Amino acid sequence: MTDHLDKNQPQPGGVVEHYVDPTPFDPVTTEEMTPEQERYYQASQWQIMWWKFKRHKLAVWSGVVLILFYLCVPFAEFIAPYTANTRDNAHLYSPPQSVHLFHEGSFVGPFVYGKKSEVDLNSMKWVFTEDRSQVQPIRFFCFGDEYKFWGLVDGSFHLFCPAEGGTLFLLGTDRLGRDVFSGLVYGARLSLTVGLVGVTISIVLGLFFGGIAGYFGGLADNLIQRVIEIMRSLPELPLWMALSAALPVTWSPVWIYFGLTIILGLLDWPGLARAVRSKLLSLREEEYAKAAVLMGAKPQRVITRHLLPGFTSHVIASATLSIPSMILGETALSFLNLGLRRPSVSWGVLLNEAQNISVVTVYPWLMAPVIPIIIVVLAFNFLGDGLRDAADPYK
Amino acid sequence: MMIPTLFVISFLTFFIIELPAGDYISNQIAALKSSGEQSSVAKLEFLRTEFALDRPFFERYLVWIGMWPGPHGFDGLLQGNWGWSFEFDKPVAEVVGPTLPLTVLLNFATILFVYVLSFPIGIYSATRQYSWGDYGFTFLGYIGLATPNFLLGLILLYLFNRWFGLSVGGLMAPEYIDQPWSVDKALSVLAHLIVPTIVIGTSGTAAMIRRLRANLLDELHKQYVTTGRAKGLKERELLVKYPLRMALNPFIADIGNLIPSLVSGSVIVSVVLNLPTVGPVLLTALQSQDQFLAGFILLFVGMLTLVGMLISDLLLAVLDPRIRLGGRASQ
Repeated sequence: MTDHLDKNQPQPGGVVEHYVDPTPFDPVTTEEMTPEQERYYQASQWQIMWWKFKRHKLAVWSGVVLILFYLCVPFAEFIAPYTANTRDNAHLYSPPQSVHLFHEGSFVGPFVYGKKSEVDLNSMKWVFTEDRSQVQPIRFFCFGDEYKFWGLVDGSFHLFCPAEGGTLFLLGTDRLGRDVFSGLVYGARLSLTVGLVGVTISIVLGLFFGGIAGYFGGLADNLIQRVIEIMRSLPELPLWMALSAALPVTWSPVWIYFGLTIILGLLDWPGLARAVRSKLLSLREEEYAKAAVLMGAKPQRVITRHLLPGFTSHVIASATLSIPSMILGETALSFLNLGLRRPSVSWGVLLNEAQNISVVTVYPWLMAPVIPIIIVVLAFNFLGDGLRDAADPYK
Repeated sequence: MMIPTLFVISFLTFFIIELPAGDYISNQIAALKSSGEQSSVAKLEFLRTEFALDRPFFERYLVWIGMWPGPHGFDGLLQGNWGWSFEFDKPVAEVVGPTLPLTVLLNFATILFVYVLSFPIGIYSATRQYSWGDYGFTFLGYIGLATPNFLLGLILLYLFNRWFGLSVGGLMAPEYIDQPWSVDKALSVLAHLIVPTIVIGTSGTAAMIRRLRANLLDELHKQYVTTGRAKGLKERELLVKYPLRMALNPFIADIGNLIPSLVSGSVIVSVVLNLPTVGPVLLTALQSQDQFLAGFILLFVGMLTLVGMLISDLLLAVLDPRIRLGGRASQ
């Protein structure tokens, strides 16, 4: 450091020589950026977020898993080999059939062995044994069980179906001989959308109340803050239970479904409203927001045009994190018989069959819905974490 | 602060309970009328006035909490009358009375469990960040957060039944039911409380571990820790003396967030594990529209969380002189 000083700085009292760099000065070259830098600076906010999100491997894979699950929502009829309420009276409580590839050493392709059933007169139960002589190859892209696609168009085309005259119960059947796997696929339709619809409601409410509290402050802020505090101090589940018990029994399944999502959304908004409020409080002090106000913009315009884009990403991230709690809420309510009921199928409705422990001990495959629930909730948590990290791209 | 909150909660509860069309007795009347029985209708009509069900909404609410003269003068929650359960045909106090101590005990045990477990694990994870143990606990924590507690209860119930032939459900082993209290019976009750405690507490523990770890990690990278280390303080002493005390505050304050979810969990887990807490009673009350019973339980559950928060505030004041003295200084 001192060395450097000695060379370039004039000695005290010495003559300062006038020095001019002979090379021509071109401002363009000195400020030129590498192509990567340029790309980064020119990219939009969302572009940078996407880059940041992509680095979060776990979140990306969770997103892929979720997309796969959500494919069941539009194409449930096509993916499931049976419909959710098809009964097979010959196969009550039939255990899962495992898929094999080789039969007696030779390759057959994916197939299942048939089932022989007999009544055990001591325990008064059907006993199923694998019949090794019966090879039932699984058919792909085939015509099987008839359904009404989205309740509108008749069809019978499936991704895969059992052999002619055979059965294909990948996860066994329940008390009335309904295929559990098909139930899961159909159940995804309601279970997975409950979270999305509920979160939409909660976002609308959260933006509205959080926006009022954060932008206007003062009395409105105080009032809304108190309401949020009280709502957060109440245990969610008993309230959900009470509210969904209030849904009239005479309602059709569709209305019950919407009633449920509204209930789930109604109790979820305080968390979002709080996030919106704190974000607004800090954003409205920014120069660009002040400029807009000074130029005479109305509050609605300032909030929606200038402030909202600043925290959309945060809202999306925290909404993603609250979807799993809604999915779990619906599951819990349906499990307790307070939510959806047959003939509508959700994972909670399926779990309802597993309420009695003595049944579960004998027929453990009735607990199958537990697995997709855990996977989906985990995936949403990881995805939400990734989104939250990416939500602030300029950090 | 607590009193107005309680009023708001009681009003909310009453509002929710009154949401379904009609009430228990008018439903009974309708059922009787449709089956052509006229004789008992008069009796039920009498009951309706007896319980002030024929009055307008606000009046009913005030009668319920005991701030408006009902058919028998001031006789509501404030006077210690918890109402009448139509479904069980008993006073609410008799229906829920036996279940209340267990509910409180279960929730208290769960809070203790959460703290006792998450405290050391959180410290371990923070001080040995990115070690195998840390990764293991983080992984377990994610699973714990993702598994809804009633499903965990179901799975544990199944596994215990399968492996040990134990019935985990219920409050005690079947052979002790209706037996006089003995040491064995008490032990059986204790053993049966362990599983629900774990089941309810798991997600809370996972959340607490994550939070303590994050808080402690923030503190550990601050300069005073480096200073302390440079002064030659022992690692252990250094940790306990400064960063831990800083990280402890949010940890205690979090009871407020923890309690509502624990109480929620205890309600549904009690249903799954068949525990005699208020959970199963609430479920039957809601299903049969037994309004006073359901209303009282909802209120009780809300009060439980409020009391828990009060305790956490008091604890904070004891632990943190800034909160204790800050309040006094501003006066």
